[in-house]
Amino acid sequence: MIPLSYYLVLSGIVFLTGVVGVLLRRNIIIILLSVELMLNATNINFVAFSQYFHDVAGQVFVFFALTVAAAEVAVGLAIIIALYRAKSTINIDEFQLLKW
Amino acid sequence: MEQMFFFYFAFVIAAASVLVVAVRNPIYSALALLVMFFHVAGLYVTLHAEFLAAVQIIVYAGAILVLYLFVVMLLNLRQDDRYHRQWPMAAAVGVTLVIEAVILTSMKGRTTPVVATGTETTVGGTGNSQAIGDVLYSTYLFPFEVASLILLVAMIGAIILAKKDIGEREA
Repeated sequence: MIPLSYYLVLSGIVFLTGVVGVLLRRNIIIILLSVELMLNATNINFVAFSQYFHDVAGQVFVFFALTVAAAEVAVGLAIIIALYRAKSTINIDEFQLLKW
Repeated sequence: MEQMFFFYFAFVIAAASVLVVAVRNPIYSALALLVMFFHVAGLYVTLHAEFLAAVQIIVYAGAILVLYLFVVMLLNLRQDDRYHRQWPMAAAVGVTLVIEAVILTSMKGRTTPVVATGTETTVGGTGNSQAIGDVLYSTYLFPFEVASLILLVAMIGAIILAKKDIGEREA
């Protein structure tokens, strides 16, 4: 039986990678992919806890996280396409409409 | 044997997620994410969440990733400016987070260990899918309906956001 902490460390590594990707990259598509990484890290946590506490509720919550991920991808990619039409770039340094 | 599977999946998941962030070409990045999704599904199987493993492959690898690849190819990117201008700040935040994570994980001996007995994760003698369905359509019925509403709103929003230009041209 693998200890629960192993899963937590794994999901922590994946989550940190996602955070670093969001902070570091300037391609907006890669930023959205990094958000997917973070959502998957939380899903690994949910499933591991659900297994170790013998409660199916954790797996149901993964469903809702999945729904949110699908909605996020659809809206996010639509926004990217609209931004690309307006600015002809997906470099986030170019999007400074709201910068003061 | 179980440990071997876990370490294989864990290593590939970690390596693929690092590749997603580090690779220059967005298409390779998306393909690394595909590898990662498949191995997360494998990890779910070792955790006795077979239904979620199938859903992970169908929804993530089948739908979400294809959407990403469509958009990457649609936009036809040429410039490959890699990192953000504020990367020293990002590196400082990242290093702090890593140190924090190391400290927290090294403290794990002091917390109360989780008692893990037996291997069955499902309620009663039923299968994994049936157990999830039982809980999803009774206890979590209202969040389930809210989730369907979220998907509807996302669908309408995506169509409106992506079609905006055409509507303006016609008007």
